[in-house]
Amino acid sequence: MTSVRVSTTINGDAVEYLCDAEETLLDVLRDRLGLTGSKEGCGTGDCGACSVTLDGRLVCSCLVLGAEADGRKVATIEGIANGDKLHPLQQKFLEHAALQCGICTPGFLVASKALLEKNPNPTETEIRYWLAGNLCRCTGYDKIVRAVTSAAAEMRESR
Amino acid sequence: MPLDIKPVAPGHSFTVVGTRPLRPDGLDKVTGRAKFGADATAPGMLIGKVLRSPHAHARIRSIDASKALALPGVKAVVTRDDFKEGDPDFRDVLRNIMARDKALYEGHAVAAVAAVSAIVARKALKLIKVDYQVLPHVTDVEQAMRADAPVLHDDMFTAGLEEAPDNAASAAKAEEFGHVEDAKEKESDPHHGASLTGGFRPQSKKPSNVAKRHEFGHGDVEKGFAKADIVIERKFRTEATHQGYIEPHACLANYGSDGQGELWGCTQGHYMVRNVSAQLLGMDVSKLRVTASEIGGGFGGKTTVFLEPVALALSRKAGKPVKMVMNRDEVFRASGPTSSATIWVKIGCTKAGRITAAETELKLQGGAFAGSPVDMAAMAAFACYDLENVKAVGWDVVVNRPKQAAYRAPGAPISAFGVESVIDELAHKIGMDPLDFRLKNAAKEGTKSSYGPTYGPIGLIPTLEAVKKHPHYKAPLKAGQGRGLATGFWFNFGGQTCVSLNINIDGTVALALGTPDIGGSRASMCQMAAEELGIPYDKVRAVVADTSSLGFNDVTEGSRATFSSGLATIQAARDAIGKLCGRAAQMWGISADAVVWKKGHAKPSGSNAGNFEPLSLADIAKVAANTGGPIAGHYEVNAEGAGVSFSTHIADVEVDRETGRTLITRYTVIQDAGKAIHPSYVEGQYQGGAAQGIGWALNEEYIYGEDGKLQNPGFLDYRIPVASDLPMIDTVILEIPNPGHPYGLRGVGETSIVPPLAAIANAVSAAAGVRMLELPMSPPKILKAIGGQAAGKGKSKEKGGSKR
Repeated sequence: MTSVRVSTTINGDAVEYLCDAEETLLDVLRDRLGLTGSKEGCGTGDCGACSVTLDGRLVCSCLVLGAEADGRKVATIEGIANGDKLHPLQQKFLEHAALQCGICTPGFLVASKALLEKNPNPTETEIRYWLAGNLCRCTGYDKIVRAVTSAAAEMRESR
Repeated sequence: MPLDIKPVAPGHSFTVVGTRPLRPDGLDKVTGRAKFGADATAPGMLIGKVLRSPHAHARIRSIDASKALALPGVKAVVTRDDFKEGDPDFRDVLRNIMARDKALYEGHAVAAVAAVSAIVARKALKLIKVDYQVLPHVTDVEQAMRADAPVLHDDMFTAGLEEAPDNAASAAKAEEFGHVEDAKEKESDPHHGASLTGGFRPQSKKPSNVAKRHEFGHGDVEKGFAKADIVIERKFRTEATHQGYIEPHACLANYGSDGQGELWGCTQGHYMVRNVSAQLLGMDVSKLRVTASEIGGGFGGKTTVFLEPVALALSRKAGKPVKMVMNRDEVFRASGPTSSATIWVKIGCTKAGRITAAETELKLQGGAFAGSPVDMAAMAAFACYDLENVKAVGWDVVVNRPKQAAYRAPGAPISAFGVESVIDELAHKIGMDPLDFRLKNAAKEGTKSSYGPTYGPIGLIPTLEAVKKHPHYKAPLKAGQGRGLATGFWFNFGGQTCVSLNINIDGTVALALGTPDIGGSRASMCQMAAEELGIPYDKVRAVVADTSSLGFNDVTEGSRATFSSGLATIQAARDAIGKLCGRAAQMWGISADAVVWKKGHAKPSGSNAGNFEPLSLADIAKVAANTGGPIAGHYEVNAEGAGVSFSTHIADVEVDRETGRTLITRYTVIQDAGKAIHPSYVEGQYQGGAAQGIGWALNEEYIYGEDGKLQNPGFLDYRIPVASDLPMIDTVILEIPNPGHPYGLRGVGETSIVPPLAAIANAVSAAAGVRMLELPMSPPKILKAIGGQAAGKGKSKEKGGSKR
């Protein structure tokens, strides 16, 4: 077989898997590891529903090969909450009704978390441009932008 | 409306309704736990993939799958031979899910394979040999109506021609626009030869691509136009847009050799999926159980079947579960976009601003099969206005494109684009504020609508008056900016609905609904159940039940879910309350009609008042086993009285005269919700509809090449609005109660996409100084218009002026 053996870290846990050389990281997460929180909206890096971080950098997991995760740190939507305690972004998305169907929500949360780690006090414009790679068809983005702004404020206060 | 639906008294004070609690499915959706269409697995599952036609129009001479079947890991192949044609009502849906004698559009399913992995399935598709005879194709609506156009269906004969337009009107129109659709038109008409439709004359004896002619209206438009001081007529075009839900179609089918099947998937209507799939596979309806997954957007696009019957057929043949998921390319090429259209509008008014006549003719292509929403486009076209003389004609046309599917207020944004643009132009022409012009002509209670019924209490004038009061309407504009206004209408819908409300032993409530929840409707249902029962919101848990657990429910469409399932929830709660009071009466040993329900408690009333301590819902539930067993409320209805809805939008834009780019600088939606159950999700519907309309107005379009193939089947080239394209979208919720619902609510999902196309066109026209007649108003089109090359094919005449 042409399977590749991969040792990686996902949401802080050591994980090993075999994958096909042409298999994307998104397919590995969803089909081999059961981490179906990351979604495939396009498979071409245009919608951001599959957003994860790779060594802290925001990427579309549909554009990364499963084999490329070897020796690196992957963070997905499943790792954002701390046990039963939601991340402020998750809480604010709920409070602000920043989701309707919810299919894009995991990608938005992963991308927003990456933004706030880089820039704890983003302007509305900075939020809009950072999230321009994540498509939402339901909300018109209004409540998403408000939720991110509100989470950022809360995170700054609790420092 | 059934007589047993009692509305609450005017000014009723709600406890739970109108608040903004967290949604019950929220936690799962922010943690990645929610299971959508593609998130399910089954033991021994195979992966199914579809082979699609590379041709826009081709006869399929033969299909040879022998090499694919010989590939290790391939477990089944299905083609047209695996589906039998039966009930004529299901003929088109069958031909759409799997091509028969002809492939009718690029992307049309021709065969499907199930294999042990996606990689093997994709290899197998390449081994299937299809012998095509390529045929001439047509993808444009006007060209498809030409007499010399390639005909898609040799058994399609235009219906509805007995109401053909009168000769005089058509001939006059032909002179100005160079096209005639009148069957009775004289052969010698000199305009036929040069007309846009090539002298198309629909007739019922010869097959054509025109499926049907529709006509609505009342009065005499010619007499009305004769009374006008000014008449404007214009021709507009819109391109097809896609619903653009982020979740591609997906399902998991499991069909056993005992003839029983299960299906999991994302759909707006799992009962529809069950009934249609069972019919196409020759199954008993009872033997197919369909579970609706969480759904990642639909907007009308998930009101039909594509993969589901194919996955069941593959599963039946392979004897294993089969999962099928479309990729984005397939979603664009093979699932429903909306129609493209040409829109002709003519409106006349007096100098004082009263409309004397209004007329429209709409041509909508609906893809490869009959059923474009041109009827609804024509009915909705003038629904906002109080008109003495009105006429709307619509032509339903087929072309070599994917079959259109419903898209949020199907058809209405298209006709509103034309009508609201001409209204704007008329107002400016007579020097009247476009808002005052609309107020002067607005439909109100008692108006005979342009599509027939007489309106009850409606909220159009309040939305217009709210615009007047809104600071946005008077805010100053910067140089280069323009402001546009448009109003919109949607019918709203009720439909078949069934709800079951079960009282649990601890006094909590299990609510079973049959309308898939697309945008947070479960929260609203829990609120209505809690309100009626007098218990806290978090004591109610709502689920979307599978098709074997609850009676039939129509698809979640037409803005019907919160209206109809909400109505049924309230009625089911009232049914349960009756039973709870009966149990309390039994426990007290008094007559059941001597018990009332107040704030979550049974209380003795009348002569017994004060004789017994009130019993809470939990008190009664706890001992239910001793008083007669389980307590539940049910309600089944074919709901009517959905209550029409109106929305008025204000758009400010800035047009970059060098690049042609339009930036939305401010946007406000004002809409009647009847009663907002969960205001956050009502606002969300307003904002989402506006955003989709902005995309339709400025960027989104299906682009076809000469070869009849779609050139932009991906989110990179089919550009929906992203966060940096939009401003905050302000909302104003008005509440003009709908007498057809116990709490007065009206559906809110669709009306919000009706005004934006015209509101933005009016704003762009104001900013750029040219009237925009084609969508999308993409930078090249705007640059061209600014360059003076698109001054408009229509013309206006000022009768008053010429008389002097």
